[in-house]
This record gives sequence, structure tokens and C-alpha cells, in this order.
Amino acid sequence: MKNLKGNSLIKSNAIWIVFIIEVIIFAIASGGTFVTGSNIVNIARQVSYYGIASIGMTFVILIAGIDLSIGSIITLVNVICAFMMVNAGMNMWVAVLLSIAVATLIGVLNGAMVASVGIPALIATFATQTIFEGVAYLISGGRPIAGFDSNFGLFGRWSIGPIPICAIIMILCFAIGSFILNKTYFGRYFYAIGGNEEAAELSGIRVNRVKYLIYALSGLFAGLVLLSRSGSAQSTVGKGLEFDVITCVVLGGVSVNGGIGRMSGVVAGVLIIGSLTNGMILMDVSEYTQMVVKGIVLAIAVGIDCISKKRNAL
Amino acid sequence: MSEDYVLELEHIRKEYPGVVALKDVTLQLRRGEVLGLIGENGAGKSTLIKCCSGAVIPTSGKIRINGKEFDRMTPQLAAENGIAIIYQEFNNVGELSAAENLFLGRPIRKGMVIDRKAMEEEAAKAFAQLQIKIDPRELVKNLSVGYQQMIEIAKAIQQNAQVLIMDEPSAPLTTNEVENMFKVVELLREKGVSIIYISHRLEEIFRLSDRIEVIRDGEYVDTLITPKATVDQLIRMMVGREMTQQFPPRKPCIDTSKVVLELQNVYGNGDEDMSLKIHAGEVLGLGGLVGAGRTELAEVIFGAKAKTAGKIFLNGQEINPKSPREAIDLGIALVPEDRKRHGALLTNSIKNNINMPIYERISKASVIDGKTEMATAEKYREEIQIKCPGVHQLVKNLSGGNQQKVILGKWLAADSQLIIFDEPTRGIDVGAKFEIYKLINDLVESGRSVLMISSEMEELIGMSDRIIVLAEHQMTGELQKEEFNADTIMTLASAIVDQADNSGDKEAS
Repeated sequence: MKNLKGNSLIKSNAIWIVFIIEVIIFAIASGGTFVTGSNIVNIARQVSYYGIASIGMTFVILIAGIDLSIGSIITLVNVICAFMMVNAGMNMWVAVLLSIAVATLIGVLNGAMVASVGIPALIATFATQTIFEGVAYLISGGRPIAGFDSNFGLFGRWSIGPIPICAIIMILCFAIGSFILNKTYFGRYFYAIGGNEEAAELSGIRVNRVKYLIYALSGLFAGLVLLSRSGSAQSTVGKGLEFDVITCVVLGGVSVNGGIGRMSGVVAGVLIIGSLTNGMILMDVSEYTQMVVKGIVLAIAVGIDCISKKRNAL
Repeated sequence: MSEDYVLELEHIRKEYPGVVALKDVTLQLRRGEVLGLIGENGAGKSTLIKCCSGAVIPTSGKIRINGKEFDRMTPQLAAENGIAIIYQEFNNVGELSAAENLFLGRPIRKGMVIDRKAMEEEAAKAFAQLQIKIDPRELVKNLSVGYQQMIEIAKAIQQNAQVLIMDEPSAPLTTNEVENMFKVVELLREKGVSIIYISHRLEEIFRLSDRIEVIRDGEYVDTLITPKATVDQLIRMMVGREMTQQFPPRKPCIDTSKVVLELQNVYGNGDEDMSLKIHAGEVLGLGGLVGAGRTELAEVIFGAKAKTAGKIFLNGQEINPKSPREAIDLGIALVPEDRKRHGALLTNSIKNNINMPIYERISKASVIDGKTEMATAEKYREEIQIKCPGVHQLVKNLSGGNQQKVILGKWLAADSQLIIFDEPTRGIDVGAKFEIYKLINDLVESGRSVLMISSEMEELIGMSDRIIVLAEHQMTGELQKEEFNADTIMTLASAIVDQADNSGDKEAS
């Protein structure tokens, strides 16, 4: 009995143990560079990117869905925001708010395709991924848009003490995500739908409405990534980001079959992927090798999830 | 000695965790005979034939085919030994032609290429042998259900089946198609094929079979020579146990002056012309065979499926629930038949399950009032005695009876006035059944109403105040308490309603 308890304690914290081991390995391998203050701030900046986007993705995967469009949403929103400020001379705050609204609307569109039309989430969001990447190119003409309000970089560059603002925004977003998941009835609905959609509907949940909400939130959080940006807007900023985000979420213990997962696990997943990326860059690992490593990490994370599901079923 | 028999099942027993599906069934099939296999819903017929096909592995017992003994079957072994099963659901591929379906998985080839012509010729021969007129080139999706079934049979014969097991073969067919199917069965018998024919329709059994085997509650009852058997005798054997099970006593609580639910000529979800009334404090039983349209009716009342015509009144007010949510808010609840798929949220806690329908009510600005949530869960855990270490326990770790209680707790929390139970005690052991019956009594004694679908005759008779019987998506009778009688209910349930034969099925060219 005691043994069992100890076991489950290790199990539920396994992800953090993996993180600590990872940090130790990189610290030794990099000769200490990895754990210097400036590098940690670096990592914090980098992870705020997919950290913020991973919150919406957590909700989506909790209901056994997927959102492949968030990379494109991030790109588009950056381009639109820059376009409005530079080419239309719009006030920065108005532009930011409008851009985030656009991101949310794209999420609603995803929701409509998945919930109302019934297109599988994988295909629906794959389509919007391509659509909005294309739109971003059309608006920007493929060129970076630069030269806008000097205040814009504020989120991306400024810090409070040693802590970058974008990291604080990420922490805030995680807090909000955790609150939604644990304290509001929506959170309960997410788990119910992910566990069994039919039974959830028969328990009085309007499953379709919740799906709209979830994809809208996914768009919204992707839009909020704007707040961690600095400098110019290019048509490539979000490219491939959905991959890192999905890896973080699944690595963090959110089951791709839906219904299982916690926000704290996702935080760990984000930190692991952030450190991994940063560590590999420090060690001069080529970008292509990085791709290989990350792909393997995703496959392993999903593999562990599926094996534990099989065991549970027995 | 055993040479007379193509297929012998000896003392087959099948246990599932907590449930014994087959206690001890023996079956002997002679060469070239049609053996009718009958029994109530849940008697174990399906499990028994699955033991023959290899889909189910018996816990104990022997299977002998042509004298060769097996402990268990596998689908491959069954096929090699000439056993074929025609299920109610067909394995045809609609987009392929009749010929291609006949040779599905083992096409005739000329080198690497499929020899379509040879297949079509062979198929034409196979169909001619069974005296059925199907164009081998016709796509199966364009064929009527009857012809699709014929393809299944032809496929089995093509693969040298010696034993053909047919599970309710007439259920999906129109009257004409049934006649054609009978002809094929008789033809096969002449050719020396042995057939196990499972049906609820006794007149079919009488017409086709040489002998009839009856099973009940997973046990072998008797095998009769068909010409010597009578309908009454068979029904008695199928149902006829003593009413040994105890039902908890109920105080008189029906208020006939208060009609809680009324249906007026409701159509929808396959059901036709449903009219009924349920009073306050009443348990209305809904009897009938599996597939008679009872669950379908429940789904319409609960807003899960749309009604296409007719009116539904709740407490005198016309209602038209378009989703379970709307029905729940009106005070209607459904405890579904398939608890694990539709009822309980297995990966969620007891607390979350019980609060699920009322979360929006107990939240302010979307934030759940945690105290109320906890108190509600504890209240119903106490009230209906859900046995668990705590309300944070996941529902999947509970026994069937306790899962059922959690579902009921959910509906009590939602303050439901009309509770529809679809097979309330399916897969629940005897002790827990009694508790569920007591809870149903509590419901009606507190003024609520219950609509109870049950395929268990004892349960239906023991718990209902009134019984309505459905057959083939239509109402075939209503019985008052003093008229309750298992034979009568069985007769109503197997009544073939006049179909007028205007079903408009496409005939094959």
C-alpha cells in the first residue's frame, strides 16, 4: 500500500522529474552557460510564445480535438496588427485589440466547422491553417512590415526587475487557464465532453456551444501571443508553432483521447520544450537535428499516453 | 453416436465479471435440419452463437463439430469447419457489386489482376443455385435489405458452410422478403445444410423448424419436436419461471387526477403514432422486444431525437424539447440503457457527475459555488447510499449498481419530475437490483413519475402500475395491473402489426 502511494507520487510528478534531469544535463553539457541568469531570462522570453498559445490548445485537446491553425493565427495577427499601425496609422492599442478580436473570430470559424458542420477538427483546422497563412502573405506581400510604434516592442523587450513582461503575461495566462479549468463550470464541461461526448450531451451539456467556445479560446490565446512580440512582423513568425505547442500540451500529460490533463502539467511541458530548444541551440545542434529530436519527443509523449490508456482499459 | 450431429455444444458456460451470461447450455444440431432457438431477451442466445463463431470464448464446456472436439472457437476455425453466421447487421460493402461482395477478401484472380468476369459468372451460378434473382453487377447499396441478406447467405454457402446460424433474419425484412428468405432456408435444408434459426416470431419457428430448443436465463430448458409443440407451451417455457424475485412494497401513491406526461399521436425516431399518459406517482412500464422502438420513444421525450409529428404535454402544457438540456430544465430525465456509453461520465468524479446538469444553476458569473457543489454531491451520496470511499472517486471505479445510483443522483439533483428508466437493472447483480427498485418506489412515493422500459418480464410486471407494449415501432396494447400476464405481454410484443406492405423497397433488377 505504502509502496503504491510512493509509486503514484512519482508518477504524478514524473514530468517535473524529467524537467529537472533535463536542466542538470544541459547545465553540465553547456559548462554552466545554460543556468546563467541571462540564459534563464532568454528561456523565459522564448517559452512565453508557446506557453500562452498552449493554454487554448490544452482546452482543445481536453475535448479530444486539435487546432492546427494557431501558428497561422499568430502570423496573421502579427501582420494585421503591423499593417494597421504602419499602413493605416492606427493607434497601437486599438490595433492590438482588433487583432486579438480577429484571432478569436478565426477560432469561432474553426468552432463552426467542427461543431456545426461536423468536419473533423484535424481537417478543419488544417484548412484554416493554410487559408490564414495565405491571407497573411497577401496582406504583407511576403515582406516584413517594420517601422511601427516604438511602444509596441514594450511587451517583448521590457522587464520588471529581471523578469521579462512577456513571461509575466504568460504566468497570468496560465493562472487564468487554470482558473477556467478548475473553478468555472466550463472547465467541468471540458472534462465531461473529453471523457464521453454522448454522455455529456445526455447530461445536459450543449456540447456544440462548448466546442465553439473552446476553439474561440484557442484563437484568443493564440492572439494574445501578440503581446510577447517585439519588433517587426513577418509572414513566418508563427510557422510551425502549432507543433511545439501540441508537443508541450501532450508532454504535459493532456491525453490526446480527451478528458484527462492538468494545467500544471502543461506548464512543465512548456518548460521542458523551452529548455530543450534553448539547450540545443546553446550546444550548437543544427536546426534539422532539432526537428528530429522534437519529432521524437512528440511521438514518445503520445506513445506514453496511448500505452497508459491501453493499460487502463485492461 | 455423435455422427448424427454436425454441431454439438456441451455444457457451455460463460462468465463475465459479476455476471453469468450462460450457465449451462447444451445444443445438438442434426445434419440437414432447421433448429429453432428461442428465449427471452437476455436469455443468452446471442452469447451462445458468439461461442460458435469464436467471438466469445466460453469459460467452460465443449464444442464439437463433426465429432471433432474444441474447447473454443476462433473466427478462422469456425470458417474452416463450415460454420457461418448471418447477423442482423450485414458485412456487405455498399459501393461494391454483388459479385465482388460475394468474393470479398478472396477474389478470383488472373495473375495480379482481379478477374471480374469469372467472379460475375461464379456469382450468377451461386445466386441461381439459391434461386435468387440478383444481377451480379448491381451495386449492393442499390439492393433491398432482403437481397443484401441473400448475398450474405450466398457468401456463406460459397464458402462451403455446413452450419448456418441466422440471428433474427426476418427482423429487417418486409413480408415479401420474408417469404423469399423462407424459400432459401428450405432449399438449403434440402441440400443438407444445417440451420440454427433464431427468432422472436414463433409462427416463423413453427413454419420452418424441425425441432425447437428453448433457453432461459442462460440455461437449457428443453428441446421439442416442432409438430408436437404448441405456442402456449413455448411461451410458458420461455417465461414460465415462478416469480421468485422480491419486489419491495410500495405505498399507494398514484394521483390519477394529475397527468404529468401526455403524448398525442407522436411520430419520430422511427416510432409511429404513440399516445400515452403518465400520472403523478405512477410507474408506467414499457414492454416489448429489443428493437420494438422503446428506447427510440424515450429519446424523443428526452429531446435527444426529434419528433416529426404529434404533441407532447407536460403537466398540461405543450412542450417540444429540442435538446436534452431543454428536457432537463423542464424536469424530464433519462437513465439510459447503456450506462457506460450514455449514462455515466466514467472518467469524471462522482461529485462532477451528480452536479453536471446543475452546474450553470450553482454558478455565479460562470464560477462554481464550490460549497454547494460539494454539499449536493454529499447529500445524494447519503440519500441514495452510493457506496464509495468519497465523492472524488471516479465513477469508472464503481460497481454497476453504484454507477446507476450516481446517474439517478444526478437527476434528483436536477429536480426531475419525470424519470425515464431504460432497462434500469441491466448488468446489475440481484442485491443491487432490489435497491434500485426501492429507489424507484421512493421516486413515485414522493410524487414523481416513472416511465420504465424493461425487457425483463418479472421486472416489468413486478414494478409497473400499468404496462404499454410496443411491437415494431407501434403500440400494440395497454394492460392494467389486474390484466398483467407474461403470456399476454409476450403475445402483444410479438404481434405482427399489419404492415400494408407499402414499404416501397427497391426491387433488384
